Amino acid sequence: MRHLLDAADLDRDAAVDLLDTASRMAATQEREIKKLPTLRGRTVVNLFFEDSTRTRISFETAAKRLSADVINFSAKGSSVSKGESLKDTAQTLQAIGADAVVIRHQASGAPHRLAASGWVATSVINAGDGTHQHPTQALLDAYTLRRHLTGPGSDGEPGLGKDLSGLHVAIVGDVLHSRVARSNVQLLTTLGARVTLVAPPTLLPVGVGAWDCATSYHLDEVIGDGAPDAVMTLRVQRERMGAEAEGGATGFFPSPLEYTRTYGLDARRLRMLPDHAIVLHPGPMNRGLEISAEAADSSRAVIREQVSNGVAVRMAVLYLLLAGEKEKWS
Amino acid sequence: MSYLLRGVAPLGEAPTDVALVDGRIAAIGADAVDAAGSRATVLDGAGLVALPGLVDLHTHLREPGREDAETVETGTRAAALGGYTAVHAMANTSPVADTAGVVEQVWRLGRDAGWADVFPVGAVSVGLAGRHLAELGAMAYSAARVRVFSDDGMCVHDPVLMRRALEYVKAFDGVVAQHAQEPRLTQGAQMHEGEVSAELGLAGWPAVAEEAIVARDVLLAEHVGARLHVLHVSTAGSVDLVRWAKSRGIAVTAEATPHHLLLTDDLARSYDPLFKVNPPLRTAEDAEAVRVGLVDGTIDVVGTDHAPHSREDKDCEWAAAAFGMIGLETALSIVHTLMVATGRMTWADVARVMSSTPARIGRVDQSSGQGRPLAVGEPANVVLIDPAARWTVDPGALASLSTNTPYAGRELTGRVVSTFLRGHPTVLDGRLNEPVRTPVEYP
Amino acid sequence: MDTSVASTPPPDGPSGTEVLAAADISRALTRIAHEILERNKGAGDLVLLGIPTRGLPLAQRLAARIAEVEPVDAADLAGSLDVTMYRDDLHRHPTRTIGHTELPAAHGQSIDDRVVVLVDDVLFSGRTIRAALDALNDLGRPRAVQLAVLVDRGHRELPIRADYVGKNLPTAQGEKVRVRVIEIDGVDSVRIDGGRSNGGSAS
Repeated sequence: MRHLLDAADLDRDAAVDLLDTASRMAATQEREIKKLPTLRGRTVVNLFFEDSTRTRISFETAAKRLSADVINFSAKGSSVSKGESLKDTAQTLQAIGADAVVIRHQASGAPHRLAASGWVATSVINAGDGTHQHPTQALLDAYTLRRHLTGPGSDGEPGLGKDLSGLHVAIVGDVLHSRVARSNVQLLTTLGARVTLVAPPTLLPVGVGAWDCATSYHLDEVIGDGAPDAVMTLRVQRERMGAEAEGGATGFFPSPLEYTRTYGLDARRLRMLPDHAIVLHPGPMNRGLEISAEAADSSRAVIREQVSNGVAVRMAVLYLLLAGEKEKWS
Repeated sequence: MSYLLRGVAPLGEAPTDVALVDGRIAAIGADAVDAAGSRATVLDGAGLVALPGLVDLHTHLREPGREDAETVETGTRAAALGGYTAVHAMANTSPVADTAGVVEQVWRLGRDAGWADVFPVGAVSVGLAGRHLAELGAMAYSAARVRVFSDDGMCVHDPVLMRRALEYVKAFDGVVAQHAQEPRLTQGAQMHEGEVSAELGLAGWPAVAEEAIVARDVLLAEHVGARLHVLHVSTAGSVDLVRWAKSRGIAVTAEATPHHLLLTDDLARSYDPLFKVNPPLRTAEDAEAVRVGLVDGTIDVVGTDHAPHSREDKDCEWAAAAFGMIGLETALSIVHTLMVATGRMTWADVARVMSSTPARIGRVDQSSGQGRPLAVGEPANVVLIDPAARWTVDPGALASLSTNTPYAGRELTGRVVSTFLRGHPTVLDGRLNEPVRTPVEYP
Repeated sequence: MDTSVASTPPPDGPSGTEVLAAADISRALTRIAHEILERNKGAGDLVLLGIPTRGLPLAQRLAARIAEVEPVDAADLAGSLDVTMYRDDLHRHPTRTIGHTELPAAHGQSIDDRVVVLVDDVLFSGRTIRAALDALNDLGRPRAVQLAVLVDRGHRELPIRADYVGKNLPTAQGEKVRVRVIEIDGVDSVRIDGGRSNGGSAS
């Protein structure tokens, strides 16, 4: 595997292997000495055109734990003139001799252009492109789900060797603008889970009917009758609500309050969940909007664990893309 | 100068000889040899089809303002190689062609370049801002004799402004050519709104944003009794609306571009901005509806919407890239490969949609002798085509200054061999020959 | 995903020459177990870490034999040490699967101040053991590290030697030594294969 651009790049076996590798990586992170020499001499560049301290630090930690050298580049996309920033920056990376580029960009497809354009010869890892994909987020979500919901696997490690067959996951929120949702629908389904997207009609894309998942406008029904094993709440941007929506056009939703009433994960909905169900959120959270404080702080919420799992998962991605022999690609 | 075209097939019919003398078609048939005279240059036309010179109602020559992407000189060279003897240059230049001064400048540049007749299109609104009527009359009565008015690039979305424009141009037999795109439904739009856009995370350009404007405009045209021309029809719904409007006797004409005949939205999966265009590539069903419309006459003309862009404007991520594709040199081959070689259209149909009808809509058939039938006495605007030729599109080998073609590497059939502009060969043997030199006028 | 590069029998049946049969292997392991006890004066402070894949069942068998004669639990003696992430030749092969590292639960899962006996099936260039030493270094500070291997086939590239050897097997560079164990392959056997490219010996 040369690049990780879409969650759909991974078939079931590759995804399970990646999660298993993340398990192994996580085990090393329990030790006092967390650093491994595996990627010594390799250079990983974090190319973040969009602000994201959390994801960048997660990738940086993952790379450093594997002894790779890390170079951080952050550009505020709006101040650098369009287009030139991506191509010219990419060619500077070539000169540095990066082995992998981790790229987050506000334009959907930017990592794909980077990978396909021939501007750089490195591996490209998509850390989030516009509203398109965020494959490592889906991987750490799947990893978290597996650890909690699939019982002990081989070697006694929770979930080791297993996929997510038989699980029902509800993803709630602004699906239209969410790369996390798109990646998760693909990856969780690949791993055998059943996904239900819950959102108001204005926040579901017109083409969603072609996706391999169910959709619903009614959160209470999905939580009550659907008995999901996990609920993933997506971040809703206040800028898209009500009169403050972008461009002066009317929002996707009349007001934040109406959103919270209909789609917020509050204490009442939390109680409706099956006992074993867990709550996920890709962060950062809007406490009180898509997720209530009680839900965020409840014992079901695995949000902090998602973050630490992110390091192990990203270590696994870097290992699988960089440690082995480079395939001869034309 | 006289030329004897031996054994060419006018409109694909029986091969015969054609004599071009002093800028006119002097003879067709047995008397062509004599009519051409002993000093005529003889061209072996065996296997070649002769059509009237093509007329493009929709080209962007980018001059003045974006000469880094294209100039009138380079654009008309591309036109000649594509078999065109006339092009209508859209008004979204910098400065905008909304005054007699700018349209005359463009017209003069075309004439001085001498590769094809350039008929400037005048903007409908000042600065393309969509608020106030530009000086349409001044442009009509200028040396450029503008008859086609368009804010192309932008939609005339204000219904009152559209109504006024439709009414106003009646005075000089003009036509408003609309780029149908409701702006608020397409804010930030990147590609067709559908399954592919949902998957790719690119903001959608819904079909209804085009159809709603088309529906409104045909009814406005009916109400005020004016001509309307709809540019680059791209959806099945728009084709249906035009068909319905014509059945009501509304004076609407419609255009389709080669890329909307051939290409579809799944090409965006590569995120390669060479496939980014406005209106966007649509679904396979839409493309087939456009093809059906072209065959049954609902769509009157093929227009290239040749839209050159400099490398920086396309060599980037999709969202940052400009909309548009070049097309002058590939249009005829696309129509041949897609429609003639498959038997859906004849050469006579091609002449109709790519020469005579565009000329009639632009009113350059009477005034400038473009899009005339291949008949004795008519101006010798002729293109010779080799239907058996196969060629692969190489962006670097095209005459356009820009290289943003979506057909790079694609093999097409049918190729222009020679183009005659008023009896003068601008293209011979598939290569540029010489432009028409207009003598300098002294006041 | 690519599986680890390890000895695997060719799918159409065994080939080459058998140099150790099941009984030979059993006797060798018994002898090694007693040698370990003799050298270390008993099983106190001992930890046997098998290097996956086949070092692990061998370590478990050694632990079982030691537990038969000493007052210790086999489960407290044996564990596994995966060295994949410490190898120096990762970039020369397709990506390797990472194995499991588990220290026995007794003594709080620590190797500090204990005598670690690394257990592997074949000792070849010595690079695997070098990686194992680095891995051990990051896990703690053992009092001593010893090495037990079923087969020593020579051709060392580093100054590394085994303390306990089941059988010394002089081989040519190009030959392949195939170790099979019941727990993984269904049979106990060591064969030498004359330079066929199917599978390779773990070093």
